[in-house]
Amino acid sequence: MYTLASASAFAPAATLASRSDWSVLKPLLAQSVVQTLQMVLITIVIGGVLGLVLGVILYGTRPGNLFENRVVYRVLDILVNIVRPIPFIIFLAAMQPLTVKVVGTSIGTTAAIFPMCIMCTFATSRLVEQNLVPVDHGVIEAARAMGASKFTIIRTVLIPEALAPLILAYAFLFIGVLDMSAMAGYIGGGGLGNFAIAYGYQKFDQTVTWTAVIIMIVLVQVVQAIANAIAKRLLRR
Amino acid sequence: MTQGKEPIIVFDHVVKEFRQRGAKKTMRAVDDVSLSIDEGDIFGIIGYSGAGKSTLVRMINALEQPTSGTVTVMGHDVSHMGEGRLRPVRQKIGMIFQQFNLFSQKTVAQNIAYPLKLDHWRKDYQDKRVLELLEFVGLSEHANKYPSQLSGGQKQRVGIARALATNPKILLADEATSALDPETTTEVLQLLERVNRQLGITIVLITHQMNVVQQIANRVAVMSAGRVVEQGDIYDVFAAPKQPVTKRFIATAMDGLPDPARIAVMREQWPGRLVTVVVRQRDIVDADGNVLVPASGQDISELIARHGISSGLLYGGIDTVQDIAIGAMTYEFTGDEARIDAFLDDLRRHSDIVDFGTKADPVDYDTAVERARIALGPDEATVTSTPALDDDLEMIEQNDDVVDMTPTTPRERKAARKERD
Repeated sequence: MYTLASASAFAPAATLASRSDWSVLKPLLAQSVVQTLQMVLITIVIGGVLGLVLGVILYGTRPGNLFENRVVYRVLDILVNIVRPIPFIIFLAAMQPLTVKVVGTSIGTTAAIFPMCIMCTFATSRLVEQNLVPVDHGVIEAARAMGASKFTIIRTVLIPEALAPLILAYAFLFIGVLDMSAMAGYIGGGGLGNFAIAYGYQKFDQTVTWTAVIIMIVLVQVVQAIANAIAKRLLRR
Repeated sequence: MTQGKEPIIVFDHVVKEFRQRGAKKTMRAVDDVSLSIDEGDIFGIIGYSGAGKSTLVRMINALEQPTSGTVTVMGHDVSHMGEGRLRPVRQKIGMIFQQFNLFSQKTVAQNIAYPLKLDHWRKDYQDKRVLELLEFVGLSEHANKYPSQLSGGQKQRVGIARALATNPKILLADEATSALDPETTTEVLQLLERVNRQLGITIVLITHQMNVVQQIANRVAVMSAGRVVEQGDIYDVFAAPKQPVTKRFIATAMDGLPDPARIAVMREQWPGRLVTVVVRQRDIVDADGNVLVPASGQDISELIARHGISSGLLYGGIDTVQDIAIGAMTYEFTGDEARIDAFLDDLRRHSDIVDFGTKADPVDYDTAVERARIALGPDEATVTSTPALDDDLEMIEQNDDVVDMTPTTPRERKAARKERD
């Protein structure tokens, strides 16, 4: 693990003619942006959907809710609590054997996406659960009284009622996933985080580091602004 | 108002228990209730919060299932039905709520269309029905607004339109006017009356406000600590309440009987004979025509004239319940004591009266009320204990850790069935 990470970090750097040679750095930066977007978007989609499902199950099995089931809720609740606090860099290492089994390799961008999706699923599930809890039980009861089935209620009442906060939750999640992607460099996943460490921090070039930081800030700002705009349009309270 | 006299909802020895997690004891929210509601009724169920009325009414559309006993609605035993089979029954039972429970992310029109979507109506039929309903509740111009843009009264009217969408036979109103101001309450109640009269829909109205029941119900059940303590035609219950809790409710709806403080104030100002006369426009009879409580206060004007008594009307309140007058009036009679006594003796023959005496020779308030033994008026001694009990129950009902004792898993249901057979 250590040698692999070092190799990926230093091998291209060693071939650079000089620091801050932007003609060399530019294509590397572009590649890093693509890698980051790839990792983040795939993770958000897969982890986001799985997390939505897990979050709805967590919410639904809560005592007093539609699918009340104390055992399922307790098990999932504890599982989420176990996984979520693990620092992602350690999670990456711990997941390595499983990653090899599922992805076939434990290095590279794809290998980074798998543990990112797992972590994202658990993080999303809690966020989804927390944003469904405030939904007024009254509207759910009203739908039940009209003869709606439980799945119909989730699809047509529960999620639409919580849509605005859910979108904000996903924007929040985007930042978390971006944070995770920065650590992908340790397993040769590349991306902006790796770019900043390898060509900025390790070559004592603050300009390179800050270039990566600023791109990430812009990414976050854009995503947050879009999410805010959508949420504002959706929020009818 | 009453087309047929067929019972549409029948509670048969219904018990509903909740168990508090941790604590071993169970709490009876509904305690052995047997009740029958006829088609076309506006049936009021009144009680303090926590008396079990909400739990009771939620068993009609099986949002709650009884621990024991059966609830029969339109011929179906809804207390032992699966969610899937309940669906068509629920579509024939509309429900409106205290907090309206409108979908905040859907427009008024979408809210009303929701039950139609569930019922797989064709889109053009849906639109037509929504317009119809909007017009019925007088909200045509608000179709594309969101609930947050509406007033409380408008929200409840949307709730009513939504509840009526699939042409239900029954409308359950769970404290439907409790979040509204008095004027809006009257508007909503008038709408509910229209729902009952024009569409022939049976309404079950839960409330803790006696004046709500009084305004539109034709029958009433009074609940206390999970039991139905009194029920009957609204006028009969109003005119001759038997239970302390009922008397207490009626006292809140009618202020005809002055309280002790007011009597004291009046006595200072008017030194003559203070007498409260109970007004009941007609006799209360049982099913066989026997008079349970006679009319009262109907011949007072005639008697005053005949005895030549000078009188002043000081205080009172007359209300109509089911279009029949009911209430109490307080007079000051002045003049010769012997003539007043003779007059009062005559008056007593056909009326319930409370004689508070004169300023010089007063009768203690409690003694006066007790001597009169009238049906109307609060009964403080017995009442104080009841709300405390009710509050206790309410606290437990609202606790998240309350466990539904109704068998819900297939295995439990099977066991319960075995036990019954």
